[in-house]
Amino acid sequence: MEWETVIGLEIHAQLSTKSKLFSGSSIEYGQEPNTQANIVDLAMPGVLPVLNTEAVRMAAMFGLAIGAPIGKGNVFARKNYFYPDLPQGYQISQFDKPIVELGYLDISLENGETKRIGVTRAHLEQDAGKSLHKDYAGMTGIDLNRSGTPLLEIVSEPDMRSAKEAVAYMKKIHELVQYLGINDGNLQEGSFRCDANVSVRPKGQKEYGTRAELKNINSFRFVERAINLEVERQIDLIEDGGEVVQETRLYDPDKHETRSMRSKEEANDYRYFPDPDLLPVEITDEFLESVRAALPELPQVKYQRFLDEYALSEYDAGVLTASRPVADYFEAVAKASGEAKLSANWVIGELSSHLNNNDLAITESPVTAEMLTSLIQRIADKTISGKIAKEVFQGLWAGEGKHADEIIESKGLKQITDSGAIEAMIDDIIANNTAQVEQYRSGKDKVFGFFVGQVMKASRGKANPAQVNEILKDKLKET
Amino acid sequence: MINKTLAELSSSLKAGEFSSVELTQYFLDRITKHDADLNSFITVTEEQALAGAKNADEQIASGSSGALTGIPIAYKDLFCTDGIRTSCASKMLDNFIAPYNATAVEKLTEAGMPMLGKTNMDEFAMGSSNENSFYGAVKNPWDLERVPGGSSGGSAAAVCAKLAPVALGTDTGGSIRQPASLTGITGIKPTYGRVSRFGMIAYASSLDQGGVFASNAEDCALVLGMMSGFDAKDSTSVDRDVPDFSAALNDSIQGLKIGVPKEFFGEGLDSGIDKVIQEALEEYKKLGAEIVEISLPNTHLAIPSYYVIAPAEASSNLSRFDGVRYGYRCEDPVDLTDMYMRSRGEGFGTEVKRRIMTGTYALSAGYYDAYYLKAQKIRRLISNDFKQAFEKVDVIMGPVSPETAFKIGEKTDDPISMYLADIYTLSLNLAGLPGMSIPAGEANNMPVGLQIIGNYFEEGKMLNIAHQFQQVTDYHKRVPTQFGEEK
Repeated sequence: MEWETVIGLEIHAQLSTKSKLFSGSSIEYGQEPNTQANIVDLAMPGVLPVLNTEAVRMAAMFGLAIGAPIGKGNVFARKNYFYPDLPQGYQISQFDKPIVELGYLDISLENGETKRIGVTRAHLEQDAGKSLHKDYAGMTGIDLNRSGTPLLEIVSEPDMRSAKEAVAYMKKIHELVQYLGINDGNLQEGSFRCDANVSVRPKGQKEYGTRAELKNINSFRFVERAINLEVERQIDLIEDGGEVVQETRLYDPDKHETRSMRSKEEANDYRYFPDPDLLPVEITDEFLESVRAALPELPQVKYQRFLDEYALSEYDAGVLTASRPVADYFEAVAKASGEAKLSANWVIGELSSHLNNNDLAITESPVTAEMLTSLIQRIADKTISGKIAKEVFQGLWAGEGKHADEIIESKGLKQITDSGAIEAMIDDIIANNTAQVEQYRSGKDKVFGFFVGQVMKASRGKANPAQVNEILKDKLKET
Repeated sequence: MINKTLAELSSSLKAGEFSSVELTQYFLDRITKHDADLNSFITVTEEQALAGAKNADEQIASGSSGALTGIPIAYKDLFCTDGIRTSCASKMLDNFIAPYNATAVEKLTEAGMPMLGKTNMDEFAMGSSNENSFYGAVKNPWDLERVPGGSSGGSAAAVCAKLAPVALGTDTGGSIRQPASLTGITGIKPTYGRVSRFGMIAYASSLDQGGVFASNAEDCALVLGMMSGFDAKDSTSVDRDVPDFSAALNDSIQGLKIGVPKEFFGEGLDSGIDKVIQEALEEYKKLGAEIVEISLPNTHLAIPSYYVIAPAEASSNLSRFDGVRYGYRCEDPVDLTDMYMRSRGEGFGTEVKRRIMTGTYALSAGYYDAYYLKAQKIRRLISNDFKQAFEKVDVIMGPVSPETAFKIGEKTDDPISMYLADIYTLSLNLAGLPGMSIPAGEANNMPVGLQIIGNYFEEGKMLNIAHQFQQVTDYHKRVPTQFGEEK
């Protein structure tokens, strides 16, 4: 039988606010346990939550970016359950009235087509603290630094049909939230987390199969692997006459397996109800307008603008707009140098490969946009050739100078454009390589490359290639 | 001394007739002498009281004092007090010391009021008799065999017996008005949102509201004015100017339209109480008011609605008492579940557990719509009843409780009959309206309170109406003989 996979994702994106969703504590990562937990985070008796409006603004930004209506009277609800790292005994979340309602996102498939994925909703909620089991023999430590950190939970429709589509969607959300500046995109530190709801059904069947929820898949690679693994497990199970049960499964990347955490029967009854400590969040038109006005340019719009404004190829525009820091870097160089195509080539080529090899983000690049601009200007005004430019780039990367001119100067890499000097070199080479001259003149055009190479060698790469070509052709014709 | 109003005490302090230290010591001595009979205090904070009084005396001496500087006060033991145990009358919080003040406490401390101590109450404010306390029942000063009402029974008894000139309470379903009525003192619960709930340990967040017990409306006006106002730490507090509640006390009430809901005078109302209320209404007629019969048709739904909403919120609010971070933790738990079950099982009393179970049930999947959601709809109906009534009348009056103070232990085995006695007080909390109880006479040899219900944020008008009554009556001046002034 042919099977169809159905996937929906729940993404938890930590919002880049300064303080927690309902308290003034900092949300900075990696601090000493419980140094960022105040009386609200500790759920001391009588203390009350006060909503961080910055988190509301960020959630609204996300909603506008996916074309979703913003809940004008969205409501915080309590999700009740007991756990030591949940001090209130309930998580403040949103239930039937989320801040972001139905929106969508377009993803690009491998065959070049675009697919629209529905985003059911996105809501604000508090993160829990952490239980520390390792350091205390026979006991559990509780770290409440993370308790109350604002999360935006982004729930997709079950619109994805393969692990690859799921990854493409996850990457798209990842790119978007960073574009909006509402999430730092850090998967290792858990500021961007993903759960997947996976089911299979015979191709052509309308009803969904029973789904399993996969937890702990916190990298793009794991998402793909875990989903494929789960799909295989479900198909095998059904084909062997078994039945998929609704349950939560944990993905173990070390053993490359998923295992059951709890079944539907064991699931909590969370007893959601509107939090009486918080009023419904009134979103005014003025507020929404101010959010809209401050919205950064979104990836799709930027892509189109790069095509129009810089005459880039679709490929280049796609690569350069995949992340906002890369787009910003490119645009800074392109604007300052006035050489869009050249800037695109250098950012996508030399710069990206250096960054990849050194595992650096573009924001950490030792070659700043100003430095790359200086290099591109020298290529454009023919001070150096493209080949020499790589050597200059290397110098900039290694910190040997802050401007291309410094490297060109210190290494003596300035291009030779004096045609007299180039002619003299060429005359020499022609005189010393009579056999090759004969070959060329008898019609072996390929030998031309040999002469170019000789000139470059003689000039230590500094001769202007265009001039070399021109003069060589001229001289070789002479009899 | 015990018959002076707060304004008179303040004048005496400023005139140097006595110091705040002397005044405070006077009340501390009365507590020492009488509270063994009443059990109205859980904690007496002599040291803090005298230190506060000393501070107040310095302020008075330097001329920087306010209307309440130097006048001591007691707090129901669910207002968090920095460095002083706040127990909620529960074994669960017997060892709990908050590192912060409730906003109301903070404001009154700022105003220079020394704290005498923390008063007894029904555990987590759940009860109408003050019998549900880990620290034992409170006695009614008018008859030590009877209850003072609840849940703020300690504050009411302390003010009634003149162990404190003024005390704070909270009112979720009548917990200020009913004990004020049963002990014959004046108590006011302001509009929901008027007083910050920050630092008030929550019972039912959408209903809880802090308020004042004092001997008379004039005193209530002073203290309520000082503790009211928007608080950035409580999202449900209302950002609205607080008028000077004392300014309108002497306004004439000529032409005042008093609505009397017929549903408050049906079956179950003690005939003696009915008589007291009718006489009080006659008194108001003499003052120039007009009595208008009105209807609040959904009154009978207040009890079922309240006893779903309040326990539902409580079941969630009390989840934080889990033995993990503070409060009671059972001995030698074997695992997490055992720790939760025994800490909560041993730490909470019967009534609290009953309401947690009721509330958990009402919020459970499959029951939520039938109970919680329906109760919320009824809540809107009840609010609408009042809204329509206030289009016709300026204020609403009626009894506070269908019965006078009953004997301790009389209803212990019958929680339902105790719940039913909340019939006249609950609907205000559901609507968020302000209400007060003023002493209006006696029935069965026990005090009877008249309930005054105002429209939203009309505490000033209510206090004016109460004050006018107290200008022509002396019920508010009566003190149980046993607790009269020392010779």
